[in-house]
Amino acid sequence: MARIIVDGIEVDVPPEYTLLQACEEAGKEIPRFCYHERLSVAGNCRMCLVEVKGGPPKPTASCAMSVRDLRPGPNGEPPVVLTNSPMVKKAREGVMEFLLINHPLDCPICDQGGECDLQDQAMAFGLDRSRYHESKRAVENKYIGALVKTEMTRCIHCTRCVRFTAEVCGTSDMGAIGRGEDMEITTYLEKAMTSELQGNVTDLCPVGALLPKPQNFRARPWEYNKTPGVDVMDALGSAIRIDTRGREVMRILPRLNEAVNEEWISDKSRQIVDGLKTQRLDRPYVRENGKLRPASWTQAFTAIAAKVKAAAPEKIGFIGGDLSSVEDLFAAKALAESLGVKNIDGRQDGVKLDPARGRASYLFNATIEGVDRADALLIVGSNPRWEAPVLNARIRRRWRHGDFPIGVIGENLDLTYSYTHLGSGPDALAKVAQGEGFGEILAKAERPLILVGQGALAREDGAAILALAAKLGGPKGDWTGLSILHTAAARVGALDIGFVPGEGGLDAAAMAKAGALDVAFLVGADEINVELGAFVVYVGSHGDRGAHRADVILPGAAYTEKTGTYVNTEGRVQISDRAAFPPGDAREDWAIFRALSATLGKALPFDSLTQLRAKIYEAYPWLARVDAIATSDPISLASLPSGTLGHGALVSPISDFFLTNPIARASRVMGECSALAHGRVTAQAAE
Amino acid sequence: MSVRRLAEKQPESFEFTPENRAWLDAQIAKYPPGRQASAVIPALWQAQKQHDYWLPQKAIEKVADLLGMPYIRVLEIATFYTMFNLEPVGKYFIQLCGTTPCMLRGSDDLIRICEERIGEQRHVTADGLFSWLEVECLGACCNAPMVQINDDYFEDLDAANFTRLLDDLAAGRPVHIGPQNGRLRSEPLGGLTALTDFYGADGKSGPLSDMQAALQPANPAK
Repeated sequence: MARIIVDGIEVDVPPEYTLLQACEEAGKEIPRFCYHERLSVAGNCRMCLVEVKGGPPKPTASCAMSVRDLRPGPNGEPPVVLTNSPMVKKAREGVMEFLLINHPLDCPICDQGGECDLQDQAMAFGLDRSRYHESKRAVENKYIGALVKTEMTRCIHCTRCVRFTAEVCGTSDMGAIGRGEDMEITTYLEKAMTSELQGNVTDLCPVGALLPKPQNFRARPWEYNKTPGVDVMDALGSAIRIDTRGREVMRILPRLNEAVNEEWISDKSRQIVDGLKTQRLDRPYVRENGKLRPASWTQAFTAIAAKVKAAAPEKIGFIGGDLSSVEDLFAAKALAESLGVKNIDGRQDGVKLDPARGRASYLFNATIEGVDRADALLIVGSNPRWEAPVLNARIRRRWRHGDFPIGVIGENLDLTYSYTHLGSGPDALAKVAQGEGFGEILAKAERPLILVGQGALAREDGAAILALAAKLGGPKGDWTGLSILHTAAARVGALDIGFVPGEGGLDAAAMAKAGALDVAFLVGADEINVELGAFVVYVGSHGDRGAHRADVILPGAAYTEKTGTYVNTEGRVQISDRAAFPPGDAREDWAIFRALSATLGKALPFDSLTQLRAKIYEAYPWLARVDAIATSDPISLASLPSGTLGHGALVSPISDFFLTNPIARASRVMGECSALAHGRVTAQAAE
Repeated sequence: MSVRRLAEKQPESFEFTPENRAWLDAQIAKYPPGRQASAVIPALWQAQKQHDYWLPQKAIEKVADLLGMPYIRVLEIATFYTMFNLEPVGKYFIQLCGTTPCMLRGSDDLIRICEERIGEQRHVTADGLFSWLEVECLGACCNAPMVQINDDYFEDLDAANFTRLLDDLAAGRPVHIGPQNGRLRSEPLGGLTALTDFYGADGKSGPLSDMQAALQPANPAK
């Protein structure tokens, strides 16, 4: 530890701390534009100048000077840093004046106004008038993709976006061309950015130069109601803030959660917003003579009751969706049980994970934070860049720190870090499990991470692959390497509450077969095609595949419109708050099942969310511990039944990152992103 | 300086000649593995020399591919350094120094001549022979005013000898590189006045001088 005196306050900080960090440790706020905790130090905005006693007689950029580089006083006194001396005040005023020379005075029409670092810091540290009479420079706006709008005259060249795309995204999309007054931030020849995390540059931008394009001129920051939520676009459960104005969800921003998403979210999580407003199911529908007709709740329930009463319990089935909350699935399961139905399944893709084999067999046991500590990584049948972009950024960061061998079994894709491609089929995994090649590296590693994707598990030999991977990622001290990366936000919750076939029940694929069921309930399940024959009841929020197939549609709430519990891929229980209300007659899904149960004469034993949650917590006590990961028992991994490995390449289930769920498919913005991404692929193929 | 963009009309492709490619490989080999990007400036420079003294988009991409760099990183470098021309230049590309010592010694006259003879900066004459650009100090202040034409310095200029120089270039006559007023490098115009005991009896040959080489006419054509 090094001792340093900041404005008379003595603090002990690690010697590698920068002065800026040391000042923050002492409780002093240092203004900054270019400095960002998660990016490399650029030191080019000069806003963080401080006075260092004993150093050179000029202000020092505190973000770029480390504590250990300061000399002690003549008698060994700790170095002294001043953050509020006249020199510092003057320096800040000067820097601010320079920054504002070319910054337009368009705060009144700028979307950043109200949450603008430059605006705030100009108020706090700047002069109250301008001495600049010459003409300001103007910069042409750049096209950099479907998600980010540019207003480049406002740019102050902090290069946060450049560093972010180069370091965190790993795509090096952005750069600064020219120099001096002619420096301009742009992508290469104004091509669209290619990262799945590009939306984050709008949060990083300290001014209004990079703004979220879909939210252009929609609202002012102070008009929003801000609700903490949990993202359901992937299974990470990223912390989000849902901003609403009136009844409308206006935008989604990341919330800080060091254990999961740090401060990033993927573009799908961020810009799904317009999908929440289109293709919405806002009233019940009943199919009559082949056509869906708007109906009342009573009519819909009566139609369902008639069919359910006529059907034997073995001919009724429930399929859980990918975006459902634990409450929804629990209510559906409770209804199924009250009807004596055993055909329930929350695994639309037929993934071979079974809660009966212990919680450790389906969790990301290493935890997301554990990626930082892992010392070797094997990716099996997954494309983390699309299945969980934020996790992929974490893997990339770990890789950048070095000494991190990565092997991939499956598709040979650009994951933004370099890896050894070990093969595409299960045979490659078998070789590794025998300790050949990459297996040696894994055996030597203290904390090997075996990342198993749904592409490896949603196949006939999924259980055998899981057993092999569990052998590689078995417990080593307090480290369990086997880490299942789910793609569906609802999946771990569904497995936790046992939303899987009961004794003799059919699984999702069997239920979807023609003639298997008389009545099929789709709880927001849109990724499965129920063949003709069954009477399909769709409970969900969007008019997508499930609703098209449905005979009765019961309109449900989307994830922003209900308080729901979600369990992320590492088993972390999180609760998302309601930010808006469902449109029209739509209701929260659990309430629909509760109401339907009354019509069916099997009233479920809960009338409120509190009562429902009490039931859930009673049955599954670990779900009551919000924001915690219940310890699982990794010993059970050894008992996973092995089987024969099949053939064929392991392929990630996600073929289009931007269109993985009904909300995304309803979003125009996601459609545009998807088209851009496809255009890139075809352009590359043509070359 | 002003905003620099890639030229609107671009060639379809760019490929290094085998000799240049071999030269570039030798440059790349100077750096440790994984640090090939260090060779980006020599690579761009060679590409520019090969391509009539300007860098097309395809050359930037070629260099990026060769060195394993993202395209934007190479574009940053190409737009940062003014020595990389992003648009076609004349066969004789005149970089005219207008910084203080040259200005005091009459670079304004040279600028006027350029404007009259060639036109605006960056404009290439119809015959494709000349284009010019005012640049910052080229480090030959003791021979001010001066211009750089392609790779060579032409110094101690005035309106008369600069016009003559341009005439000679246009006509394809051989020209003398270096001071145009009879000076040898930056030695005094009238001959040495000090240390004459040590250096040449003619008073005009300082150390390292090789009269033969210095008086050799040379053609700066690329």
